[in-house]
Amino acid sequence: MASGPALQLAGVGLQIGGARILHDVSFEVEKAEMVGVIGPNGAGKTTLFNIISGIVLPTSGSVSLAGEDVTARAVHQRARVGLGRTFQTSSVFPGLTAAENVRLAAQSRIGGATSPWRFPRADDEAAGVARRCLEEVGLAHHLDTGAGVLSHGDKRKLEIAMLLATEPEVVLLDEPMAGVGSGDVAGLVEVIRRLHASGRTVLMVEHHMEVLLGLVDRVAVMHHGELLAIDSPKAVMADPAVQQAYLGATA
Amino acid sequence: MSILVLLLITGVGLGALYFLVASGLSLIYGLMGVLNFAHGSFLTLAGFIGWEVGRRVGDGTWGGLLVGMLVGVVVGALVAALTELVFIRPLYERHIEQVLVTVGLGLASVALFEGIWGTDPIQIRLPAWLGETTDVLGANIPNDRWLLIGCAILVLALIVLFLQRTSYGLVIRAGVENRTMVTALGIDVRRAFTIVFAIGGAAAGLGGVLASVYYGQVSAHQGTSLLIFAFIVTVIGGLGSLTGAAIASVLVAVIQQLANFYGGWGDFAVVLALALVLLFRPTGLMGKVKH
Repeated sequence: MASGPALQLAGVGLQIGGARILHDVSFEVEKAEMVGVIGPNGAGKTTLFNIISGIVLPTSGSVSLAGEDVTARAVHQRARVGLGRTFQTSSVFPGLTAAENVRLAAQSRIGGATSPWRFPRADDEAAGVARRCLEEVGLAHHLDTGAGVLSHGDKRKLEIAMLLATEPEVVLLDEPMAGVGSGDVAGLVEVIRRLHASGRTVLMVEHHMEVLLGLVDRVAVMHHGELLAIDSPKAVMADPAVQQAYLGATA
Repeated sequence: MSILVLLLITGVGLGALYFLVASGLSLIYGLMGVLNFAHGSFLTLAGFIGWEVGRRVGDGTWGGLLVGMLVGVVVGALVAALTELVFIRPLYERHIEQVLVTVGLGLASVALFEGIWGTDPIQIRLPAWLGETTDVLGANIPNDRWLLIGCAILVLALIVLFLQRTSYGLVIRAGVENRTMVTALGIDVRRAFTIVFAIGGAAAGLGGVLASVYYGQVSAHQGTSLLIFAFIVTVIGGLGSLTGAAIASVLVAVIQQLANFYGGWGDFAVVLALALVLLFRPTGLMGKVKH
């Protein structure tokens, strides 16, 4: 794989009809860095995530992973070069057990899914990965629990376990704390902290400012589809333009 | 009493036929969001070719019938997989165009079958036992129903085993729930599409040969008429649910048989059941709400 920043956006823009959704967004995320993305609703944060993960194609600019241009690659191809993401709404498979959910993610990397005739066994590699990843997020006791009946916080942990199973280099977390009960926040923060501590690059959208500022190395501020600033939490919070846009009248 | 037993068991036999068609329809819709109007053509073609091969092996013998059933399964699977690769795949994520293509295929293939095998149904010869009856609680049950029921149970068991126990089965179950997320995990679901089409085609192909056993004839229109009921079964059972399709198949066929016997309004009863389900439970008996 070519070397370069873990994630690089160069002049990324999205125009739908006459509407400008994103305009000239450029930034780099270094390997093992954790960057938070903030901005008011409609600022283009989720669109940005969709462009990075390949669900939406930008109308201008490029997206690179570790120096490799992936702008034209399909979603599953980006996942294979090391990109993993969670969604704003919980995206586990409710009809599958927790272990099956993670197993599915592990299969994509191990390649079990490429053989329609191979019968999975309870002790094969994918099952081992599933067990290990569930242990890592503290869900080892829920192996055979249907994902649909897990608490909201546990569902988000399960998503992260699924993410871990694909062994991603770059992780996109879209509002991991959304809808999580206050009792579950601390546990989830710990899981995210470990995710980062293990050397992964993390890009995270989160409205829970206290959580975000305590976790990230840098903060990117989006406003009206543009990147307003990207700097350390302290510098960004002190930036008058950010205060004007994000905090409005209180600035 | 004996009449009720007769109606129930023949109803389940007809339900078995519906299930062989509906199982594929339901899985294909569940995974891909495509209502496959060409499904009846898979059935008709497999019925014809199964019969053509079977009668050359041994007309009216068990050997001929079993070979015919195997050929039907293979033909159904191949034609379905080919349809997916050639017509559906190039229209990836364009659901309306995909459905239109299957409608076109369904119409054109019937004309093709009429051109080859004629417009009139062809009577076929079957092993003698299938034409006889078995006494159950005083009711004389036509023996072909046992074959139908047995085959449908076997197919249901095999599909469940595939979905529950294989890596691809897991991909398909997950894809039915949330296709976008499966893709985001780095799995190319398009390969699963072809497999689901092939499985559905195989079941429909077996259904085609068994339909010729049930009706005692092969016809270019066999698939079309069965497809209508299979669609109804699929909607009542809940699009995408295999269990739902199995339950609804039996339910619809039994209702149809009972209403046909008591007043001859079987087809109307089925449509009525469909209307009631759509009114009070639009997602079907076992259907999940799609996001």
